[in-house]
This record gives sequence, structure tokens and C-alpha cells, in this order.
Amino acid sequence: MNEVRVLTPTGMLGAGFPPETLTRGLELGADVIAVDGGSTDSGPYYLGAGIAKTAAAAVARDMRMLLRAASAAGIPLIIGSCGTSGTDSGVDWVAGITHGILAEEGLDLKVATIYSEQRADDLAARLDRIKPLPPAGPLDAATLESCRHIVGMMGHDPIVAALEAGADVVLAGRATDTAIAAAFPLMKGLPPGPVWHAAKIVECGGQCTTNPRAGGVLATIDADGFTIEPLDPDNACTPTSVAAHMLYETVNPFTMREPAGTIDVSEAVYEALDTRRVRVSKSRFVPAGQHTIKLEGARITGYETMSFTAIRDPHILGQIDTWAALMRKMIGEWVSGTLGLDGSDYAFDLRLYGHDAILDGIEPDRRPPREVGVMLLVRAADQQTATAVAKVANPLMLHLPTPDMNYLPSLAFATSPAETERGAVYEFALHHAVDVDSPTSMFRLNLPPDADSINPRSDADATHRRPDADATHRRPDAVAINLPEDGDA
Amino acid sequence: MPETRTIADLALEVRSKNAGPFWVTMELFMRDAAGYTIVADPGYLNATVIAGLYGVEPDTVQIFRIPALDVVKISFPRPVPQGSLRDRDIHAGQHHVPLALFPLPGPVT
Repeated sequence: MNEVRVLTPTGMLGAGFPPETLTRGLELGADVIAVDGGSTDSGPYYLGAGIAKTAAAAVARDMRMLLRAASAAGIPLIIGSCGTSGTDSGVDWVAGITHGILAEEGLDLKVATIYSEQRADDLAARLDRIKPLPPAGPLDAATLESCRHIVGMMGHDPIVAALEAGADVVLAGRATDTAIAAAFPLMKGLPPGPVWHAAKIVECGGQCTTNPRAGGVLATIDADGFTIEPLDPDNACTPTSVAAHMLYETVNPFTMREPAGTIDVSEAVYEALDTRRVRVSKSRFVPAGQHTIKLEGARITGYETMSFTAIRDPHILGQIDTWAALMRKMIGEWVSGTLGLDGSDYAFDLRLYGHDAILDGIEPDRRPPREVGVMLLVRAADQQTATAVAKVANPLMLHLPTPDMNYLPSLAFATSPAETERGAVYEFALHHAVDVDSPTSMFRLNLPPDADSINPRSDADATHRRPDADATHRRPDAVAINLPEDGDA
Repeated sequence: MPETRTIADLALEVRSKNAGPFWVTMELFMRDAAGYTIVADPGYLNATVIAGLYGVEPDTVQIFRIPALDVVKISFPRPVPQGSLRDRDIHAGQHHVPLALFPLPGPVT
């Protein structure tokens, strides 16, 4: 192929997109559809709990349109970071939805799944090959063991392996945002500079256009560069809107590390072809001497209970910081007196929404607020303790006056009961990369045993093994393909 | 008495966002080259100023000046771990405000 057209209808599977975006993309000759299914952006809960951020119905709505389009055009569909965090449960969740739709629609597409979850003890055995990424420090085995889920972030190679094996639909675990769009054009032999830069530009769908809400984009990649255009005829890509997308959610706008090397757009040239299409050239990809896989892991830090009250009384609001300081002091005293707990047993955060909750100590505007929502967030090692602390604080959240008041006000609880148990809370514990000898060895690729049959049950069974479930089944029996083994396996 | 003029007065958009779980990044999209020249001046906006606004160490602050886009981009490690008890902005999407409200240099004309 001299050129490859990559269609990205939306930046997130389940976010929705106008059906016309797909129709238009196919009319323009799309060769592959690539959609991201995940992100760490919404926090560590989704990886820690192995639960998706998106609603199943929203994913199904998008997948139905995508599967119909891929089938009608006879082009591959690639979904990355399935189930938000790319855990094995996330891949299985999207696979289940996919097979249901294929059966309902009578579509005959071969679905490959790629698992990226990692075992802590496998990684602990090669700590010498795991390097911290700034601002993290060195890794130890205890940190790995503390994680509920660990995923490795795949590059394009495992996805290419699935496509080369004949997959029509690739459902990948955790993958770089760019790898899902880069895999097919790289497999077709297009040069990595334009491919990786185009993949970065399309990764958030319409984010690189002048109206990000108007559907997705199409990138046409060739040997010298790529052309990017929006799929809504009334939307536009401009040199500024495209170049500016390199700023989005990146630390460094000029270089980006991938498992196989570094995207370098510092010399890239962005030119308007017309009022809505942009040509990009002089993008570079610098291969790395050492292939690396970034790790993500999340662990439980405790259990939280939340209470929420609100204040409208101007007298209290006029000295809200004094009131909050008294509240913090009183909670400590009452919890100590009633429960016998001290600061090593629990922690709490008191947030004054409407005053300075968001920016806290760096809030530049200290004028008295008109009303304030008071959130008390309590964390402890177990749920019962967190809730007990919040309940002990309940009379204070209802009646605490300012020091100069000689009566008890009654404040405005938002709900009954006032307390809400939030369950386990998590933190990201890993920000590290592991050196690997093979870009595919950490990932497990599954294809259905019979590529011509539509049999959701057997495929779901074959792919439902997590790495920590059974060490002897790292590649389940039903795997039709074995990826190359190497020292990392 | 005129209000103090701020960076926001010369910008199309000032925004902030996580750049992965451990970093926050901000962009000043200036209206024109004149506004860009003001905010790109290291004597006005530098790592020490950013560190003061956000309570972080100056040597962790990275600043990228991009004249082709009239953009100054600033990245530093997240001072509060994402999703932790004291993280009040999970996406770090509202942390541009102290920067946007930073007073412009020199006399107001």
C-alpha cells in the first residue's frame, strides 16, 4: 500500500459519535478503524477495581456501529485499553459485549483478544530490568505485591501479530493511545515517522479539530507525511488545531516515548491544504536502543466515608476559615474521646466547596462566599472505622457554631443519611518501565479456535483466564497462535 | 480603580490537565504574538514563579515556549497524588486558575 487511511470516530469507546462520522470515513476509503477504550485520566479506581468507567450500554451502542462498519467495508477494527484500564477483566467485558452484538447482527468477524495484565512475582524476578520514570523512585517487590492489578502498556507489535494472524477485530488490553492507530499502517510498511505522529494526532478523535464535539477524523498516511481531515464536512483541521494537539495531556509537546522508540515532532511542518485539511511532514521516529514496556499498577490505600453539609448563614460564612479550623479541631477531639482513635488510625479532609475546596491553599480569591458545601472525607484502614469517624462528626456537621455564637445553628445536610460509604480507594503505585527483549513477550494473544464459527461462549471461556488465576495457563489451550518466546517470557 | 490585568486578559484560553497520573500540564494559548512575547519572557514567567504559585520545587518545573503557536506550556509533577484523600481535582482540570489570574507585568495602560 502506498497510503493507509486511519479512521478514528471518537476519542473514547463509549463516548458516542454521530453515525455520519463512520459513513463519511468509509466513503473516503478508510483502511482501518482505531478507537481507544481507556485512560488513566479518571484516576486509579478503574485499574485498582478492574471496573470500567463507561456504561456497558454506551460501549455496546458504539461497538454496534463500529462492527457494522468494519464488516461492511471489510476493514479491521482495533480497540485499545479495553474496559478503561486494560485489565484482563476489561478485555473480557468488551469481548462479551462484542460477541453478543456479532451474534445479534449475524456478523462473521474473527475477534482476537490481547491480554496485558502482569503477575507481580514475574516482575519481581526481574527488578534489575525495571527503571523508574520521573518523578518515581526505584521499585521493590513489596510495592509490586501490594498492587491489585498491574498492566503492561503494549506498543504496536502485539496488535500487528493479531492482524497478521487474520483478526478482523482486535480487542487489546492496556496499549499506548498511539499504538492502536499505528499498528495497521506500520504492518503495511509505511514509515514510522509519519505513522506515529498521525497516530498521536488522531488518538482523541476530533480533539485536533476546531470543533472537538463534531465527530472524528481521518488520517491518510503515506511515505512522506500524512493528511488529517475531520469527518464532519462543517468541521475543520487547521495547522494550529493540529499542532496544538501535541500539547494535550503531554508533559513534553515535542517528544513522546513509545515502547519501540521516541516520536519527535520538533521539526514537523503543518500546512493547510485547504480550509479544512492539513498536511503534516518532517515527523520523525527515533528507534530506541532498548525496547521498554511501561507498567501501571494500583493498590488499595484504605476505605472512605463521605459526609456533606452546607452553609448559607452569612454570619458563619463571614468567618468560614475560623469555622473550618474549629471543625477540624473538634473532629479530632470527639473521635479521640468517643472512639479512642488518633491520627495514625484515620485521616480526614474537610473541603469547603464554594470557598476554596478546589485550590485550597493556592486559592487566590479569599472573598466571603455566598454559600458553602462542606465535604468531610474520612479514610481509614477499614470501612467500619471510616464510617464510625464520620458518624461521630455528624453532630458537628449539623450544629457547629462559630466561636462568637452563643446558640447552635442547624446546617443543611444534603442527604439522609448524611454519610455515604465509598468503599475501597486506590492509588497508582507504579510509574516504571521494564526492559524487554521482545515487544510481544509480556502480552497474551488469543484467537478463537475456529475462525469461521460465531461462538461467543467458547471464545469467552477460552479467554477468561487471568494471569494470577493459574500460572500454568499463561497462554490458554484455545490459543491458535503462539507469540515468539524469549528470555522475558 | 481599575482591576488588575491578568494573563487571562491576553489569552484565548488557559487550561490545565493531568499528563498521566503523576504530572500536571498547563497551556497559555495567547491571542497574538504581542501577548506571547509578554508571557514567554523568562524574566516574567519562570520556574520560580510557577513554583511559588503552585507550591512545588522550582527544579521540577518544565517550561516550553512555542512561538509558532503563541503558546507557553508548563509541566510539573502533581503535588498531590491523583485520587488520594487530599486530591480535590482528579483531572487537574481547574488548576490553571492561579496562573490565569497572575497579574501582568509593568504599569497598566
